[in-house]
Amino acid sequence: MLSPATEAELSDIVAGAKAPLRVMGGGTRPVGRPVEGEVLSVASLSGIGLYEPGALTIVAKAGTPLAEVEAALAAEGQRLPFEPMDHRALLGTEGEPTIGGVVAANVSGPRRIQAGAARDSLIGVRFVDGSGTILKNGGRVMKNVTGYDLVKLMAGSWGTLGVLSEVAFKVLPAPEAAAALSIEGLSALQAVEAMATALGSPFEVTGAAHLPAEGRTMLRIEGFAASVAYRAGRLSELMGSFGTVSVEEDGKRVSEAWRAVRDVNAFAGRDGDVWRISVAPSDGPEIAARTGGEVMYDWGGGLIWVLVPEGTDLRARLGAFAGHATLIRASEETRTRIAPFQPEPAPLARLSGGLRQKFDPRGILNPGLMGA
Amino acid sequence: MEMPAPDTGILSRKDRIVARLAAELPSAAVIHDEAEVRAYECDALTAYKCPPLAVVLPASTEEVATALRICHAEGVPVVPRGSGTSLAGGALPTADSVILGVARLNRVLETDYDNRFIRVQSGRTNLSVTGAVEQEDFFYAPDPSSQLACAIAGNIAMNSGGAHCLKYGVTTNNLLGVTMVTMEGEVLEIGGAHLDAAGYDLLGVICGSEGQLGVVTEATLRILRKPEGARPVLMGYDSNEVAGQVVSDIIKAGVLPVAIEFMDRPCIEATEAFAKAGYPMCEALLIVEVEGSDAEIDEQLGLIMQIARKHNPVELREAQSEDEAKRIWLGRKSAFGAMGQINDYMCLDGTIPVSELPYVLKRIGEMSKDYGLGVANVFHAGDGNMHPLILFDANKPGDLELCEAFGADILKLCVEVGGCLTGEHGVGIEKRDLMTTQFAPEDLEAQMKVKDVFDPAWLLNPAKVFPLEASRLRRESGVAA
Repeated sequence: MLSPATEAELSDIVAGAKAPLRVMGGGTRPVGRPVEGEVLSVASLSGIGLYEPGALTIVAKAGTPLAEVEAALAAEGQRLPFEPMDHRALLGTEGEPTIGGVVAANVSGPRRIQAGAARDSLIGVRFVDGSGTILKNGGRVMKNVTGYDLVKLMAGSWGTLGVLSEVAFKVLPAPEAAAALSIEGLSALQAVEAMATALGSPFEVTGAAHLPAEGRTMLRIEGFAASVAYRAGRLSELMGSFGTVSVEEDGKRVSEAWRAVRDVNAFAGRDGDVWRISVAPSDGPEIAARTGGEVMYDWGGGLIWVLVPEGTDLRARLGAFAGHATLIRASEETRTRIAPFQPEPAPLARLSGGLRQKFDPRGILNPGLMGA
Repeated sequence: MEMPAPDTGILSRKDRIVARLAAELPSAAVIHDEAEVRAYECDALTAYKCPPLAVVLPASTEEVATALRICHAEGVPVVPRGSGTSLAGGALPTADSVILGVARLNRVLETDYDNRFIRVQSGRTNLSVTGAVEQEDFFYAPDPSSQLACAIAGNIAMNSGGAHCLKYGVTTNNLLGVTMVTMEGEVLEIGGAHLDAAGYDLLGVICGSEGQLGVVTEATLRILRKPEGARPVLMGYDSNEVAGQVVSDIIKAGVLPVAIEFMDRPCIEATEAFAKAGYPMCEALLIVEVEGSDAEIDEQLGLIMQIARKHNPVELREAQSEDEAKRIWLGRKSAFGAMGQINDYMCLDGTIPVSELPYVLKRIGEMSKDYGLGVANVFHAGDGNMHPLILFDANKPGDLELCEAFGADILKLCVEVGGCLTGEHGVGIEKRDLMTTQFAPEDLEAQMKVKDVFDPAWLLNPAKVFPLEASRLRRESGVAA
């Protein structure tokens, strides 16, 4: 395993590489086509370089454990806005998720609908491209339109355009309180309608999930205590027409319930492949029905988690639809046979292929992981 | 500001190029009369002017594709134009270029409140997007100062911000999808009503690419439900340092105002003389606005006022009515107009780490003395996006050049303290030649490689963003696709 201790070493390793490299942060998210190649770990590039609570910005090396970043923020009453999912339970992996891995996979959680994905909070990157060149884009300020936004391009590129060495985020205050509203017994259609009503209200809902297995639809509100109490009350009234609303105000229980949604606990430790589908929320129930699998909805219905028997070609069942489906958990054999990432229409695939060719002309960074 | 010399071969083929465009587009969509194309000779960076070869004003995505296909075949540079409000010269033509204006593409195509998006043609103005959903109490969040006039196409090209982005983000955080036409005339659909990209975040790199990767003709935008209410508070301090500390303390206290605006003494004096908003005469003035129900606003403002008082304000005024709220915003909103009354001015747009605010303001004051040009500061303090307004006399020989040199020094200072050249206006031609202060040659090369992929012939808005010398080879010969 190659484990550079500095960005310069990382650059030398990539420049000198004669064969494909498997780029790795904490190794907790083995998603995509299996990659043949020597492991290149950024875990030794670690540490928070700069944290200014008064400016809502934090800069950390890519291999910094996510837990370290979250602890530093929590000590100042702040947090990463996008609520990154922990994939370990769902994927049965061990190890320490890194902040670079969060960026490479553009990981977010239930709060994505209100606060954006990792890519929306990411304000700067440093990385080493496939030729070994050290590059930077963005910076440490939250408003920056200087030149092209390669920051977004790096988010969710799974190490195929470059190896991240440093990332910078805009962060937000952590709320003083949170409440979870639940309604029991709604059908998927009713649930999506209820969630649309809640998300279209002025009460700033930061989570909207529907768990068919438990027969529960959940909404979350966060903020100052008095404000949370007020909005939970108003939202309960508004949701009354959909069913009986119960309100959980114990902070610990609220956060546990939403962590279970975030980490898709419902499918952890169970047999079968796990897919993740992104669609317009109101399309959710119909798309979910096409899967023939067990489902769970987040993002007001727009994110569908699906559990299907091993080796199922879910895209064949879905047919054409507006959105995308990603195979998150499956055997290496299945991930080799079925494209884990939604194939793009030809014109877009050509652009993506062109970008990959420019940033990794030798095709040595995680080759094949996302497709080409 | 240097622009590349026009291609004489293209100039000599004007008749043929215009004839080809006129043959395939409706006659009203092609403007080539020398007097008429003058209307497109500049954008809001009026110091630079150059009439284009011709102007096309397509009314559909298909017509945009047709125009681009012809220009590509003829090897003619194309400069996309929204409403022409760019302060950076993003829509400045060259004599050998065709302006492609999207003003006729102004329809709302779809509104969907259940899925909280609106799909519009890109020539639609920013404010009229909100106008289209207001009756349902929804709004489109990014609110650049020019929102009455500026087009969504330009907002996407420049990744525009606004006063409220501390809470709601900028254009890229509110853009879900686009229909975009490449220079070759191919129509692409990217993103849509669903979230996040299937593969690489192409939408993310298109947003803010200053019209150099493609022409966006339609956009799917996130709309939000309006908050129950909003209320500003005004505070005055006798030093910039203290006001900067107040901003930092408010943010650290866990409150997230929707806006924190900052004005310094020269700006307060000018706006007060112009708008008579009743601002106190002091060194630094802050306007902080929060949202929510009345009780929620009371709670947040209570906390903010407590912080404000600790720092001995010379004035602290909470709006008690809608009218008072308007008066608090009146001065800020007329700041640019006020400055325009007393002088010509150049508006800069650098961003700095919030902690560097007092130092940067002090340095700007010193430089102002050295250059002998006045400067007023008005900006979004919560996110460090500064808008120094340098005052000069356009009729005085040499003053514009002096002003530009001063501006360049301020922007270099922004980069030096860890910030950037432009927070929301874009690079255009204005900051093009300063890019090397922020980026190493390889960083610029990486960005230009992205353009190589989308526009191998380097015909779309080619003389912008990158220093002319850095982009020269590509502009002159294109790259192999």
